[in-house]
Amino acid sequence: MANKMGRALLYTLLCLAAFYYLLPLYVMFITSVKDLDEIRSGNLLSFPTSISFDAWSKAWSSACTGVECHGLSSYFFNSVKMVIPGVLISTTLGAINGYVLAKWRFKGSEIVFAMILFGVFMPFQVLLLPMAQTLGWLGIASSTTGLVFVHVVCGLASTTLFFRNYYVGIPDELIKAARLDGAGFWRIFFKIILPMSTPIIMVTLIWQFTNIWNDFLFGVVFSAGDSQPITVGLNNLANTSTSVKEYNVDMAAAIIAALPTILVYVFAGKYFVRGLTAGAVKG
Amino acid sequence: MSTSAQEAQYGFAERWLPRLVLAPSFLLTLFFLYGFILWNGYLSFTVSRLMPNLEWTGLAQYQILFENERWWVAVKNLFIFAGLFIGSGMAIGIGLAIFLDQKIRGEGVLRTIYLYPMALSFVVTGTAWKWMLNPGLGLEKLMHDWGFTQFTFDWLVNSEMSIYTVVIAGVWQSSGFVMALFLAGLRGVDDSILKAAQIDGASLPRIYWKIILPALRPVFFSTLMILSHIAIKSFDLVMALTGGGPGFSSDVPATFMYAMAFTRGQMGVGAASSMMMLATVAALVVPYLYSELRGKKNGE
Repeated sequence: MANKMGRALLYTLLCLAAFYYLLPLYVMFITSVKDLDEIRSGNLLSFPTSISFDAWSKAWSSACTGVECHGLSSYFFNSVKMVIPGVLISTTLGAINGYVLAKWRFKGSEIVFAMILFGVFMPFQVLLLPMAQTLGWLGIASSTTGLVFVHVVCGLASTTLFFRNYYVGIPDELIKAARLDGAGFWRIFFKIILPMSTPIIMVTLIWQFTNIWNDFLFGVVFSAGDSQPITVGLNNLANTSTSVKEYNVDMAAAIIAALPTILVYVFAGKYFVRGLTAGAVKG
Repeated sequence: MSTSAQEAQYGFAERWLPRLVLAPSFLLTLFFLYGFILWNGYLSFTVSRLMPNLEWTGLAQYQILFENERWWVAVKNLFIFAGLFIGSGMAIGIGLAIFLDQKIRGEGVLRTIYLYPMALSFVVTGTAWKWMLNPGLGLEKLMHDWGFTQFTFDWLVNSEMSIYTVVIAGVWQSSGFVMALFLAGLRGVDDSILKAAQIDGASLPRIYWKIILPALRPVFFSTLMILSHIAIKSFDLVMALTGGGPGFSSDVPATFMYAMAFTRGQMGVGAASSMMMLATVAALVVPYLYSELRGKKNGE
């Protein structure tokens, strides 16, 4: 009897928690499909009497972000242009670094690893001022190329860490056998290591994708006008002071900005969680 | 003859290729992390304001920083935020992990729901909570509609309370992540220990408190590291939720640094404040990294 009560209490608590986590998503969505009158007359949780996606199309193509009124679409594509090369380059470098640091150690390689590792923890505020100057000298300030560069440099630490820790688990005997057969550095990498790497590649791709897509600091500091990423666009839109605050447009914009990472989470949830926990174990 | 020549060739390639391959990343790290730390450190000792100016001024910028009321508000806010963010996030996350560990039906669905906020950016989280905590239309109006007409909730625009709204949104976002880490840890605990304790007649809460949670000490430390690290770095959430306001009442060091270096033309002070952030992180992380790397070596 007491046990049954306990179970019921347990399920109640768990469902309440689920409610708490889902609440903002629900509120965001229903607010985005209400019109402004209904937002004012109803409340946060009240269900809309009629559903309209006007706020969505406005958020996408005509809402004002500061002085410009083109909606979020251009910011969205800026983020796409930034995230694809950023993720691919940092993951590739991470794989090669991890391979060397795990399987081709040399004198001092542990120190190199420790030095790279500190980059995982470093507060990026320290980099902002010198980086702004350097990007200027390189001629890639306020450009998507500049942002990609920054994300590659700052992502190296975590991608290297992921691959290194994964490759440490691959038996050395495999490499030794391949070397006896005459395989060299690259051959071993492409023929043996890479085919075994699918799980960690997925983890790293997802980790880097969410990090770069969600970044705001570098976006706000190192980009301007036509290179700003979606997070900056959303922030500009939500903090633009207009006479009439359009909460439905703000919420539609927030969902648009969140959609790519939510989709990744839904479709590759297993790898997402693994990425988070892998990042947590030593990062 | 030819085989030994080949071997020698391989030997040479195998000796140098790995280093050569690692070199670009090593140089990038050396220049862009360590070089920039020095560079930024140097800037903090110069008179730089709107533009970098290499004229040395000693500790003057640090003095300006330490005499700036806004900096101390930011530091105090960081302590309030970090303390509550870490404390509540841990408590909620560990609680949920233990509940979910009780052979729950629908565990997968619940886990997915608890963790999804971690996929969102802090800007999205901030925008969403800004709407919900909005005095007048958000939570306040909801409570009024439900009959609690005296209910007021104006923390977002109340300079005494604004930092606590950042805690609310921050905990919502990352407590599910703590849950995931601890659930993974709980699944790694040996079942036989549990059974032995149960046979001895220990109650379930006692088993968790005395046996299981102490066994999860490493998970606890990693989580603590990550959460404090997120707290010190937190910038986006504050910018999206309160913008550091009202006034500068919800500033944290990260937003202070941004304001000084990029909007108020106080580059030297901005550089000095980021050095203080670095020092704080280093004090936390260097001993941790040291023990992790040492521990691994011994384990191998």
